[in-house]
Amino acid sequence: MSQIKISNLQKSFGDFTAVKNSNLTINDKEFFVLLGPSGCGKTTTLRMIAGLELPTSGEIYLGEEEVGMLRASERDIAFVFQLFALYPHMNVKNNLSFPLKMQGYSRSEIKTRVEEAAKLLRIDHILNSSISSLSGGDRQRVALGRALVRRPKAFLMDEPLGTLDAEFRELMCLELKKLHIDIGATTVYVTHDQLEAMSLADRIAVMDGGEILQADEPAVIYNKPATKFVASFIGSPGMNFINIDQGISNEQSTLNIEGTNFNIPKQYEISKSKKNSFGIRPENLSLTNEGGLKGSVFGVEYLGSRKIVTVKTNFGEIKVKTNISTSVKINENVQIKPSNNNIIIFDGETDRSLKSEFMN
Amino acid sequence: MDTSRSYLEPSSFSKKLAATIIIVYTVITLIPISWMVMTSFKNVNSAISYPPEVFFEPSLEGYVNLFTNRSRQSQEYLDSLPPPENWYEELVRSREMVITGPSKFLGRYSNSMIIGFGSTFASVFLGALAAYAFSRFRVPLKDDLLFFILSTRMFPPIAVAVPIFIMYRKLGLGDTHLGMIILYTVVNLSLAVWLLKGFMDEIPKEYEEAAMIDGYSRLQAFFKVVLPQAMTGIAATAIFCMIFSWNEYAFAVLLTQFNAQTAPPFIPTIIGEGGLDWPAIGAGTTLFLLPVMIFTIILRKHLLRGITFGAVRK
Repeated sequence: MSQIKISNLQKSFGDFTAVKNSNLTINDKEFFVLLGPSGCGKTTTLRMIAGLELPTSGEIYLGEEEVGMLRASERDIAFVFQLFALYPHMNVKNNLSFPLKMQGYSRSEIKTRVEEAAKLLRIDHILNSSISSLSGGDRQRVALGRALVRRPKAFLMDEPLGTLDAEFRELMCLELKKLHIDIGATTVYVTHDQLEAMSLADRIAVMDGGEILQADEPAVIYNKPATKFVASFIGSPGMNFINIDQGISNEQSTLNIEGTNFNIPKQYEISKSKKNSFGIRPENLSLTNEGGLKGSVFGVEYLGSRKIVTVKTNFGEIKVKTNISTSVKINENVQIKPSNNNIIIFDGETDRSLKSEFMN
Repeated sequence: MDTSRSYLEPSSFSKKLAATIIIVYTVITLIPISWMVMTSFKNVNSAISYPPEVFFEPSLEGYVNLFTNRSRQSQEYLDSLPPPENWYEELVRSREMVITGPSKFLGRYSNSMIIGFGSTFASVFLGALAAYAFSRFRVPLKDDLLFFILSTRMFPPIAVAVPIFIMYRKLGLGDTHLGMIILYTVVNLSLAVWLLKGFMDEIPKEYEEAAMIDGYSRLQAFFKVVLPQAMTGIAATAIFCMIFSWNEYAFAVLLTQFNAQTAPPFIPTIIGEGGLDWPAIGAGTTLFLLPVMIFTIILRKHLLRGITFGAVRK
């Protein structure tokens, strides 16, 4: 097992830059998730770590070794593909032993390792089945098994749960997490599903447009997003933004919106722009009768334990997560107020969050 | 109302109609072939009798004549010979002839085998490598190259017969097995590349990527993972290539005479006494049909899936 480090990594396909100047350190034994919308460069980054794509520039370190220009077969990593890529002309056992055969292990060693991996993944009863007869979950387990048998330096997974149905996905998510705890392997996992990312990751890197916007623990990513994109991409629904046509000065701790003064965390940074946005998560807002932002109820979604009320204001639609007892009708006039001080101001020019008492 | 079947399933009437049409078509197609097989088991007289005989006494004369050279002898000479040692000698003597030696048929037949299978293997092997490269790599001018490869089939190959004849004579390739294998491979290769590229495109590249991550080189991954999955396409392509090189007549007539002559130009030249020896020709064509038939039956399972390639994703 090893630490993975990428520095100034860049990948271009013709005129298109898929990955821009990325820097990242993935610690030994860490479960690291690359999260982002499709086309954000997360899969390209993973494929460069695997050696399936060669970087245009920059370095990749696997442990101490610089592997950026090595062939995939020379890197000692395992890769789990979205479509599993199990060899259909071999049975489960042969799929599992395929990586070992190349490394010149003895027949008995191969047998021991395959059985060990099969036992760990609870697929020992289907070793002689053909791939086409397996369910999605079992295929997933075989794919993981094929990665496990070799005991590689790192596991790379490209949306391995993407093709499973919702029920299986939840189950496999748990199994993956347990497996990671059991074998403690450095894992890089790519997904566009934030729930998967949140539940699996030790740390998450959020990517967009080929750039790594923020890499941190799930709670930090959620509560203290570094950019407006991270704030809106993470969370369901994402963060609310209210555009404010005023600059932010150092030490400022109130903000006037539509004639009402709101408390904000004490700001430690001067905004570059005169058009910034005020960001707050739906659960940090509450409905009130006075002293808030005016609007009318546009829609109510019932989520079982919570309700999401969408309010139409002069600043666009704002979503408020309220508790279940709140009863509002469509078109009813309401006012919205922050219920705590978890407020982030995003600079209009850079889209970065400004430093404050909360965003320290 | 009959609700036991879905709207998509054909009615029993249309099933019967389809079956009838298929049977009629099969019978019509089989008439010339069965006539050929029947002729091969007739004797020289019943083969050319008019009206044609449908029921006749079967004889192996055609096959004996195909494999032997004979000469006519006087009755006195025949009487002076020791009694015939086996059934075919007896058959020949009853026609007042003696066997003077084996005919050239077996040699021509094995030439056909060597050249047919040799060029099929070469076309499929080279075609698979080229198709894989076109399917996976960023080849400069890929579309133009593919079109160029296809364009070699846009004229009948025989149109370049004269230049090839001259080139082969200068290179010493005329009337050699190697020369014919090269020639048929060149003609078949464009078909092989195009057919196989379609199949290669269908195989997700993740398979060989997985193999490469598992420690195999790209070439090893190609042989261990890609080729087994392209078996359908390889079987279909091999059959098409085999049929072409097995049946090819014009180049074989032009470029081969003795050493590498294949069966197609040889069979029509089997001449018996006083005209063409139809039973022997029938026997030759029947035997000639067998290898392709057996080859196709062996690969039939793959072929049926192969013809519908691209229609359904596995």
